[in-house]
Amino acid sequence: MGEMLSVKNINVFYGSIHAIKDVSFHVNEGEIVTLIGANGAGKTTTMHAISGLLKLRSGEIDYCGQTISKMEPHKIIRLGLAQVPEGRRVFSGLTVQQNLQMGAYTRRDGKEAIQNDFDMVFDLLPRLKERRNQPAGTLSGGEQQMLAMGRALMCKPKMLLLDEPSMGLSPLLVKEIFRIIRQVNRNGVTVLLVEQNAKMALEIANRAYVLETGTIKMEGEATELANNIEVRKAYLGCE
Amino acid sequence: MQFLSYLINGISLGSVYALIALGYTMVYGIAKMLNFAHGDVIMIGSYVVFFAFGSAGMNPVLAIVLSMVVCTVLGVTIERVAYRPLREAPSLAVLITAIGVSYLLQQVAQLAWSSNPKSFTSVVSGMKPISLFDGQLTISAETVVTIIACVIIMVALIWFVNHTSAGHAMQAVSEDRGAAQLMGVNVNATISLTFAIGSALAAVAGALLCSSYPTLQPTTGAMPGIKAFVAAVFGGIGSIPGAFLGGILLGIIENLSKAYISTQLSDAIVFLVLVVVLIVKPTGLLGKKVNVKV
Repeated sequence: MGEMLSVKNINVFYGSIHAIKDVSFHVNEGEIVTLIGANGAGKTTTMHAISGLLKLRSGEIDYCGQTISKMEPHKIIRLGLAQVPEGRRVFSGLTVQQNLQMGAYTRRDGKEAIQNDFDMVFDLLPRLKERRNQPAGTLSGGEQQMLAMGRALMCKPKMLLLDEPSMGLSPLLVKEIFRIIRQVNRNGVTVLLVEQNAKMALEIANRAYVLETGTIKMEGEATELANNIEVRKAYLGCE
Repeated sequence: MQFLSYLINGISLGSVYALIALGYTMVYGIAKMLNFAHGDVIMIGSYVVFFAFGSAGMNPVLAIVLSMVVCTVLGVTIERVAYRPLREAPSLAVLITAIGVSYLLQQVAQLAWSSNPKSFTSVVSGMKPISLFDGQLTISAETVVTIIACVIIMVALIWFVNHTSAGHAMQAVSEDRGAAQLMGVNVNATISLTFAIGSALAAVAGALLCSSYPTLQPTTGAMPGIKAFVAAVFGGIGSIPGAFLGGILLGIIENLSKAYISTQLSDAIVFLVLVVVLIVKPTGLLGKKVNVKV
């Protein structure tokens, strides 16, 4: 279990706002690691920086032994590092099928392999199969989240970044989404999960980092953090 | 019968507007900018056809293909040099730059070829007009070729956008640039491709326009450019079928008002219709409502 992703002392600015301050963390191959924190802590900014949508002021991000922090986003995805962005961001004018096809945009391994992954995604997310010819904009929030995840899986990722997959969903759907994340991980995909729902995230993760106003405040085994008194107070709503 | 003749000529003029409007609407949809230099690319394309076909006697089809190549290179270069550095800049800066590029092209054309109007030889000058109803209705070859070219291009373009991977990438970038990047779409390449297609269509539009209205000068592209922009907004900017519909309707309105109301007022009427449409339906005829989900 080597280090798959290592984020080393990164700093990110929005104009003059110092959004991410000297953040370091790593994800080992096969793990589920979660990054928890309140609104505005810098979780999404960190995700965007990893995928190359935001440039670093300083620091470095390595993935599978390569420095990716100066790469363009469309090259990073080709290395098998996919992201399910916050707010799902499915292409509402395209059908479910076309959205999934977009997920496989970078693949050059033939129609058959892609068809296999269509089957895999439809197996994992049967609701999408029923709605494959419907425009994505007509799906419910939960279905859109599943589509966003299916779309990311279509590129055959080695590692999946998930940004707030449970946002705005009913408790039942949240459970379903987390079940799927676990399943994806068991199928061999390393997961970095950003969540405000710290309780659920800590339940499925191996390790966790707590992000507060742009810096890592705590880190450790997920079970350990779930029992930590400060984490319980601040993020789990326990006294 | 006369009405029919005005109508068909209107559709033909509208087809030219539609071809130009496609360039505006695709670039707007994908790069989120108004490329006001688009009309002047048409003018450059027309000069290329004028020299290659009219002066040097090249085969008209080859001359148009040459003009398409020149315009494609020109459009992609303009994007690369003038617009790409401003990708993150406020949209106003990009708009001003586009207007600047427009004047630059006009001035360069004036220096190179002088402002004296040139008499453009129709690219279909060999073809005979079509006579219908015992000669009561005569349709010029230019009119017919323009309409047919427009329909073919329209069908091909809609097929391309809906059935190819590059077309899907264009739709994805137009909807959500960031999410498209996360799918591995190279946004810069997609924008270049859009400029290439738009400019190639501008070359075709230029050749057809100047075949029907054979006066060519450095400002030739300006007015059709503005009207095609109106057509794009009229149909719903960002929508390919919208550009088509908007262009055709605009051509018909312009020609019918020229015929029945007043030649001088026809442009005013065109713009008045735009104002009315935008008051009633601000997104244009086929424009998409922007759904913002929070």
